[in-house]
Amino acid sequence: MSDIRVSVRLFASYAEAAGTDHVDLVLPSGATAADCLAAVRAAPWAARVPPGPALAVNRRYAKGDAGLHDGDEVALIPPVAGG
Amino acid sequence: MRAWLTDGTIDVAGLLADVAADGNGGTVVFLGTVRRSAEDGDIAAIEYSAYREMAEPELGRIVAEALAQWPGARIVLQHRLGVVPTGEASLVIATSAPHRADAYAASRFVIEETKRRAPIWKKERFASGATRWVEGRPAGGER
Repeated sequence: MSDIRVSVRLFASYAEAAGTDHVDLVLPSGATAADCLAAVRAAPWAARVPPGPALAVNRRYAKGDAGLHDGDEVALIPPVAGG
Repeated sequence: MRAWLTDGTIDVAGLLADVAADGNGGTVVFLGTVRRSAEDGDIAAIEYSAYREMAEPELGRIVAEALAQWPGARIVLQHRLGVVPTGEASLVIATSAPHRADAYAASRFVIEETKRRAPIWKKERFASGATRWVEGRPAGGER
């Protein structure tokens, strides 16, 4: 099966730590949200992104075992502080 | 019933008008305002940022959940983004219901869920020019 492309959004302190707010990744078919996070954290520019952020897939919170599909948008959500 | 983000000052009177209804005798308005406190330091403003494409739907889901629990209620909210000076509101929630118990309960539910789930962050801006990210809480999904 072919690889999938996902776009990863970073915000707030994570975007500052990574030096970017957006990165596109190619992952193997069947990859999960946790696999995506691991790929992000393995990149040298992401060394300061903490290990356990909340995750969103296609603008809804998701667990690490959520399966990803080609074209999905994954977001790493730092601890929130709205309101 | 709407929940949305705004980059300008929040129109509280407009939100009150949105929830007004002849059958609703109790109306509650919550304002979250930027405060300056001794322990936090000389905060001049707070800069709010958001995952906009998710924040609006998530706020909409919160309001929908509140309406499911309190079906007679009317609920609107606005969350302001960008730089909000001390003393100004960053969030306004207006609820109304036939009786006050539901208006209060719906208001409380919406503020607590907003703080728990909305993908929104804030950075303190001090009079000195320094900035500091506010330590948030781990984001929760639906209960």
